[in-house]
Amino acid sequence: MEIPYTYKARPDTGLYNAKVGIWLFLASEIMLFGALFSAYILLRVSAPAGFWPETALAWPRGLLNIPIGTFNTAVLITSSVTVVLAWASLKMNNFAKFRVYMVITVACALAFLGIKSFEYNDKFSHYVVRLKDGKALTGHIEVNGKHPGFWNFNDQWSVAKLAEQKIDKIKVELDPLRDSHGHVKHGAHHESREISVSDIVSLGSYTPATHPFFAVYFLITALHGLHVLGGALVLGYFAFPGAKMWKSNPEQFINRIEVGGLFWHFVDLVWIFLFPVVYLL
Amino acid sequence: MSQHSASPAASHGGDDHDHDIAAHVRTYLIIFGALLVGTVLTVAMYYVDFSSMALTVAVALFIASIKAFLVAGYFMHLLSEKKLVYGVLILSAIFFTSLMALTLWGTGDLPKNSDTKTLYVP
Repeated sequence: MEIPYTYKARPDTGLYNAKVGIWLFLASEIMLFGALFSAYILLRVSAPAGFWPETALAWPRGLLNIPIGTFNTAVLITSSVTVVLAWASLKMNNFAKFRVYMVITVACALAFLGIKSFEYNDKFSHYVVRLKDGKALTGHIEVNGKHPGFWNFNDQWSVAKLAEQKIDKIKVELDPLRDSHGHVKHGAHHESREISVSDIVSLGSYTPATHPFFAVYFLITALHGLHVLGGALVLGYFAFPGAKMWKSNPEQFINRIEVGGLFWHFVDLVWIFLFPVVYLL
Repeated sequence: MSQHSASPAASHGGDDHDHDIAAHVRTYLIIFGALLVGTVLTVAMYYVDFSSMALTVAVALFIASIKAFLVAGYFMHLLSEKKLVYGVLILSAIFFTSLMALTLWGTGDLPKNSDTKTLYVP
């Protein structure tokens, strides 16, 4: 028996199967991301007042790179409009234009992921160093001329590891100073300082174990990143190998682009909330 | 199965249909512009001191909600969708709202993480 309404709309609902399917899926996705946002809110509200890192566990507001985040938001919005323009091009029977828009969409998705991984890498090589005089410094550290990073995760440092390797000095490229709102002070510049390991109480990189903010930030943005990757794969498939269907069953192909596009807009929608929440609030 | 011609979507309609879609395309581009303006506005609000965190959050979420409405309403065609889709989303909206209401209700009972001695602080 042939499955009915695979691409023709069912007369009573006016919907084809995949359209019902994608909306049910997106409804469950709303709850998935909703649960994580809920976790974020609870962590954010339970954080003590003050400014991190001076106050341990206070919320590090404005810590992420806002210009990069803003640019990435624009990249994702662009891909959202190009995917709907790709669908409209098919509706107007212009396959060449469809492919151009799809290629731009996938390129934006990959650009988004590339920029995000750059940000991740920066965080993994960024440290908070607490000193015995009660001060806390943040910045990129250099040990024996090497920067720990994303791909050499084992190169992450702790006080114990520094002692074990008999390292007595590390260099910290300090972050520019921030005012009481967390804004980078105007005209602030980088300063590099050598610190004796004997003066350090503890140090930790900007990774989930270091602060609840990083835990929830990496969790939500990585899940969102996986969605971007999944969307890029599916839309890339539709743009090239899957585009054969345009010849055999154009109506179903247009539907596929619509459904793929709906998923893609959802990914954009999550980012529209995620961006202000983790970068600005 | 019959052979399709080189212009398979020709059966979708003539000029009227194309004009319709062309009008949609104009709307999409306007929405695109509005979303970019919204993004700039979101970032600009970060540099405004509202002197109240609640107000800061409210403003940020208000702008984000408008952007979300534009994406969902126009790009996802939710403004002219079928009843069944609305039905699914109304359920989602109820559960999502309940989840957020419970979350906000629960915030009053939270322990403050200010007792840093008991927690690992790097």
